[in-house]
Amino acid sequence: MAEFTLPKNSKISGKGMKHAAPADAKRVKKFEVYRYDPDKGENPRYDTFEVDLDNCGPMVLDALIKMKGEQDSSLTFRRSCREGICGSCSMNIDGKNGLACTTAIEDVKGTVRITPLPHMEVIKDLVPDFTHFYAQYSSIKPWLQTVTPPPSGKERLQSPADREKLDGLYECILCACCSTSCPSYWWNSDKFLGPAILLQAYRWLADSRDEMTGDRLDELEDPFRLYRCHTIMNCANACPKGLSPAKAIAEIKKMEAERIV
Amino acid sequence: MLVSILHRATGDGMATLGSLLLVWWLAAIAAGGEAYATFLDVFTLSDGRLNVVGWVFGIGLTWALFQHMCSGIRHLVLDTGANYELKGNRLSARLAMAGGALLTALFWFYIIGVK
Repeated sequence: MAEFTLPKNSKISGKGMKHAAPADAKRVKKFEVYRYDPDKGENPRYDTFEVDLDNCGPMVLDALIKMKGEQDSSLTFRRSCREGICGSCSMNIDGKNGLACTTAIEDVKGTVRITPLPHMEVIKDLVPDFTHFYAQYSSIKPWLQTVTPPPSGKERLQSPADREKLDGLYECILCACCSTSCPSYWWNSDKFLGPAILLQAYRWLADSRDEMTGDRLDELEDPFRLYRCHTIMNCANACPKGLSPAKAIAEIKKMEAERIV
Repeated sequence: MLVSILHRATGDGMATLGSLLLVWWLAAIAAGGEAYATFLDVFTLSDGRLNVVGWVFGIGLTWALFQHMCSGIRHLVLDTGANYELKGNRLSARLAMAGGALLTALFWFYIIGVK
């Protein structure tokens, strides 16, 4: 359901800590980082970190790793590949969802405010709870489903033209930047699958080798699961991989309509 | 996102304010000549005076109609699976805003011109 204010225990308290840069630092950038520790029973706060850019890599993730390494080792965030392929370091940077590893510090003017992905439950600091998101992903059965026996001794073949239909879909890294930027997902994430999962659903609908297209469309044909998308377009604007979940959802809606007429 | 919010707000606005207006009009007719004269006085210029409520209601409702119509046409195009590229999509959002304002202006120039 729609919530217009944060719950009491999620309101930001003014009691943030300050971590100053070394005195000899010349190019200092300020970062305001959302901090929440479930063990302390305190409300979340913004900590200010001053980072010496002359002694730091170019990306926001570089700065986060530096803060954790040199200023506050309790700072918690997910990261793995540091090159935009794993989707772990998705977070809200300067009001926009993105990957910390592919967002350049210099592209953000003034203080860089970093918060967890919007409208997700926070486990600690910048780490949101993806349990529901992954459960929704598994609900669309994201694997090749077939009824015919596989051709003996070889894989199921696909023409280059059919393979091309998966371009713009298979690149999705499930970072949830799109879903958590979608107002419909904020309001109805309990029932609406959201842009990321629907793009993944279309990835299997568009696959020439998959033989469960009808069943998949049956599962999606629901006022909430699919049709809460109102083409607001935040998803395509947020995607750090330049994909268009909105377009994929439009294609699903077209498939739903075309099989009736 | 702004166009999407406006689409909903103008849709809901027309539905609620429009039906209130209709109810007022019907009630005024039912209540007799005097009430109907008050209604006409609020919403027309027939007595020659500036009428703030009438203007706000009139321009607001027609703008809501044209804005809703323009973004509705945009959604019709989107539903065919076209215009999802970010650049073109943003342009169509701006066109819907401009179209709504422009049509409202033209409509009222026409009305005032006819009088």
